[in-house]
Amino acid sequence: MSAIEISGLSKSYRIGFWRKRPVVALKPLHLVVEEGEVFGYLGPNGAGKTTTLKLLMGLIFPSGGSARILGMEIDDPRMKAMIGFLPEQPYFYDYLTAPELLEYYAQLSGVPAHERRRRVQTMLERVGLPDVGRLQLRKFSKGMLQRVGIAQAILHDPKVVFLDEPMSGLDPMGRREVRDLMLGLKQEGKTIFFSTHILSDAEALCDRVAVLHKGELRGVGAVADLTAATHARVEVLWHGLEALPAVAALGAECHPTGESVRAVLAEEQVDAVLDALRRHTARLVSVTPVRTTLEDYFVEKLAPTPAEMAR
Amino acid sequence: MSARIAHIAFNTFREAVRDRVLYNLILFALLLVGASLLVGQISIGIERIVIINLGLTAISLFGVAIAIFIGIGLVSKEIEKKTLYTILSRPVRRWEFIVGKFGGLAWTLIVNTLLMAIGFFAALLYSAGGFSGSDLWLLVAIYFIVLQFIVVTALALLFSAFSSPTLSAVFTLALFVIGTFAEDLRAFAAMTQGATRWLATGVAYLVPNFAALNVISSVAHGQSVAGALVFYNTVYSLFYAAAAVSGAVLIFDRRNLK
Repeated sequence: MSAIEISGLSKSYRIGFWRKRPVVALKPLHLVVEEGEVFGYLGPNGAGKTTTLKLLMGLIFPSGGSARILGMEIDDPRMKAMIGFLPEQPYFYDYLTAPELLEYYAQLSGVPAHERRRRVQTMLERVGLPDVGRLQLRKFSKGMLQRVGIAQAILHDPKVVFLDEPMSGLDPMGRREVRDLMLGLKQEGKTIFFSTHILSDAEALCDRVAVLHKGELRGVGAVADLTAATHARVEVLWHGLEALPAVAALGAECHPTGESVRAVLAEEQVDAVLDALRRHTARLVSVTPVRTTLEDYFVEKLAPTPAEMAR
Repeated sequence: MSARIAHIAFNTFREAVRDRVLYNLILFALLLVGASLLVGQISIGIERIVIINLGLTAISLFGVAIAIFIGIGLVSKEIEKKTLYTILSRPVRRWEFIVGKFGGLAWTLIVNTLLMAIGFFAALLYSAGGFSGSDLWLLVAIYFIVLQFIVVTALALLFSAFSSPTLSAVFTLALFVIGTFAEDLRAFAAMTQGATRWLATGVAYLVPNFAALNVISSVAHGQSVAGALVFYNTVYSLFYAAAAVSGAVLIFDRRNLK
């Protein structure tokens, strides 16, 4: 059984006061996410990522198509007890303390009464907020709120976790902590569906990614496959500016920085470049094949389609 | 009642009791009840009537203010602040959320009324030095005030399900004012002819009849309240509130949370 099956799910709105015109937020989307996968849902702002998540959470109603999570309809309360959701820039009841908020969510998620207090404390420790005791959420920083958001999403031990821009607004340390948390969830065998436009996070965490643009799915693929392709080009890094003219004469793109030089060249020129470096007694640092990055894939998928070009 | 509704109701109650505005309103109402003592002292011979009239009217008006002030934000504030997202992504049905919110605010108002009623009876005790048998009817008047709060809360919730807090406040307040004159509206409808009569009668019976829930003046004069009126008002208010809450559920069930 797949964790998430989306079949032709679409959403359009009618905007305007007198003459209402339809605006397509999501074109018919077909997508399958397997159990245990970390799936990255990529796209620029306004691509339709949050719309998809809202549809899956039952916060808005689809204009067409359907979706199933863990084999159940998206409005099935039994399914909702098995999923967790972190909205983008979450806002919580700021008159509550973090333990009160988590206890409330645990009640709504059906966590047994005798387990709630222990579960809440464990979650607060897991997200790095063990001592927030009586502090109301209105006094929390953005990073602390994001951690509370993650805690509420995984509090009830869900099988599938949906995270909308989980790194949004976090400092580098915070991002790293969230990334570690997500890796921990992956090790526990949970399915993670997360939207982001931070490609380095997606590349580090995801098994597969989908790219969405202007409400349309532009591509889906395994991160390992997408980044395995090489371009028959090599990056050479060395110390010593004396060799620079000789290497440049071979047709390599050279980028000197201080005493170091980075050159990108065709694979067949590697021997000639290495000879030039030896002749000028330059100190070789590295020779690395140039691979496709997720960013390359992302940019390629965001390029205008022939239909868009024709318009 | 499902446990989830009870949890949502408790959280709504908790939100209200942690709101400073609520305490300001209660304090203001109690001050007004206290002020009725002063006004009563300069009203020779009708001291008790003045205290009851002013005291119960203060409880009623401030309770309605609380019901509208909190009620209009019950749903719209949750949508605007997106706090609803982490609620509805759990095994909570939309109708459970609405009913829980309504229950929480109704409970808040009952507790508030209890506090304000204690202040009112303390003022009455201070003024008269004791209670008489006819003071039992004051409890019926307070019960009717609570019924009034329940209807106002349901209306505020209904408007909150589809419009902004400001519009919800305007609609609820307008219905409260019109409903206060419901008996006059019915009398006016009876005097009209033709299509106007149908229209006026329809409007007169559609707006909540808050006039029937106001027995402050008669109990202030020591008059009793008929048992039939207690029964009629109870059934009417609960049905009216249930209809308004059902309307809120129907609207909210189809609403996209943008």
